[in-house]
Amino acid sequence: MLQRTDHLTKRYGIPDGFTLTRYLADGGYVQARRALSMTREELVNECKAANLRGRGGAGFPMGVKWSFMAPTVAPGRPHYLVINADEGEPGTFKDRSMMEGDPHATVEGCIIGCRAIGAHVAYIYVRDELHLAKDRLWAAIREAKAKGFLGAKPFGVDYAVEVYVHSGAGAYICGEETSLLNSLEGRRGEPRLKPPFPAQAGAFGMPTTVNNLESIATVPALMRLGGDNFSKISSLHPKEGGSRLYGVSGHVNTPGIFECAVGLTLRELIYDLGGGVKGGELLAVIPGGSSTPILRADELVEAPNESHPLHAWHGMSVLDVPMGVETFRGLGTMLGTCCATVLSDKACPVLAMHNLMRFYRHESCGQCTPCREGSGWLERLLDTIVAGNGTMDDLNRLHEVANSIMGNTICAFGEGTAMPALGFLKKFRREFEEYIRTGGRSSTNRLALAQPAAE
Amino acid sequence: MAFQLTPEREQELAEIFARYPNKMAACLPLLHLAQEQHGWVSDEVVTWVAEKLDVSTAHVFGVATFYSLYHTHPVGKHHVWVCRTLSCALHGADDIVKHCEKRLGIHVGETTADGAVTLHTAECLASCGTAPMMQIDREYHENLTLAKVDVLLDRLRKS
Repeated sequence: MLQRTDHLTKRYGIPDGFTLTRYLADGGYVQARRALSMTREELVNECKAANLRGRGGAGFPMGVKWSFMAPTVAPGRPHYLVINADEGEPGTFKDRSMMEGDPHATVEGCIIGCRAIGAHVAYIYVRDELHLAKDRLWAAIREAKAKGFLGAKPFGVDYAVEVYVHSGAGAYICGEETSLLNSLEGRRGEPRLKPPFPAQAGAFGMPTTVNNLESIATVPALMRLGGDNFSKISSLHPKEGGSRLYGVSGHVNTPGIFECAVGLTLRELIYDLGGGVKGGELLAVIPGGSSTPILRADELVEAPNESHPLHAWHGMSVLDVPMGVETFRGLGTMLGTCCATVLSDKACPVLAMHNLMRFYRHESCGQCTPCREGSGWLERLLDTIVAGNGTMDDLNRLHEVANSIMGNTICAFGEGTAMPALGFLKKFRREFEEYIRTGGRSSTNRLALAQPAAE
Repeated sequence: MAFQLTPEREQELAEIFARYPNKMAACLPLLHLAQEQHGWVSDEVVTWVAEKLDVSTAHVFGVATFYSLYHTHPVGKHHVWVCRTLSCALHGADDIVKHCEKRLGIHVGETTADGAVTLHTAECLASCGTAPMMQIDREYHENLTLAKVDVLLDRLRKS
């Protein structure tokens, strides 16, 4: 259901929207002040009532995650809050908009988050390339500190909170939480085995909560509205609450970031917000970042069984299913970061898969053999196919290699590579076979609609 | 010759160390700080960081080589990063890359003979809604056309 909201994006696009003056004029930091007079349990319950599913991609309930932290802080075992702003999932550009457009919401969220998990320090891990975002966050931190909202006694309350920005150095894998923690500690960004989970042993071996940037920046809004009211904004309440940032890019007329109530459909995102498909008909859409398996425009929901969670949409287009963590899992894909990439029928799906598999080969950290070698194999097999020298055996080999990565790696990068690979092969089997049979002549052999020069 | 920070940058050190519970965590920030001054991470830079952190040079070198934004060999004064991942590719990133190569007279990964510009391709830079895009040093340049690219590159060669 299309319902535009502005709980998170009110200050977007306003010339001084990122300043403390503007943030305070809109009632900023009232919730942080209030949070410091609340107990940890009250804050966690508020977040649980909001039914906020993590916005980073996995969709884990945020209040539940907070509740995993030890209820009392053991001596010599300080708790840490770490914010994941390593936004690097292809197709995803929402956290950047938040850091640049409204950095104080993140800082206020960090104060509330620290209080909720018993931490006194929050690190915001931002990928290095986002210089404007980092500058805006640092400026917001300095402004808040000068006002006495951060430091030894925020708002005069005896509960120290410090927020720091930590810059990455160019590694997609550092968006994986344990890899991010290694990177924060000054190591190579290689993922850690779980358990122990970060709540037991995270940053510097101490109990740690890792929250996505949009998730933490949403906390002031959910506190302002009250958890329950915030949840009810969503058409998927009570399973998934609130409003969130939706992104759309690729072959659409008006790409961008839009805030809507949870439960928007892909059709609304592409046609109503994205202005419709550019340069052709809709071929397919990657719903939430490149690791989420692709959906074809002509796909229908197959849920004849009444007990199936998607039975209400049986026989309908996948474009008409509300975008939720559970609903999209039911479609055999994932909601991911909620930033969709749209492909028109002028784009070649073989080249799209080739582009993404090159990405994964480049970004595999190399720690686990199946992922390091497998991602290279996937790319090389596609090199051969795209060069017009592929065989049907290569198609089977792509399946085999992808299946050999699945489940055999320390972190979810392996699945994040194999799942979209298998998705492309399953949804575009006929196109792949024709491409191989004709040496690519069956295809437009392009991704772009036109040369940028034509514009 | 041993690497030394300029006095202004030296002042940042204490503030960086104060953010973390141990010294090693300052590894990435220190590499950034040193590279900002030196242009790339030389053996001398690695040794300097290792001494500051009280860790082995092997550790620092391992970190420097893991991340794609630390340059472990000399590079140009300016960096051009053209995003080539799917959303940008759907808007002609490949043409932008080829155009840059032609205009600069170098291939991706190379530096112009005058040492002014190094050309790189980048993976998704979180600018998908304004594709195609490129990053020049710290700045993002979005909704590119080939004409815009020409203006940007010409300005770089002159600076």
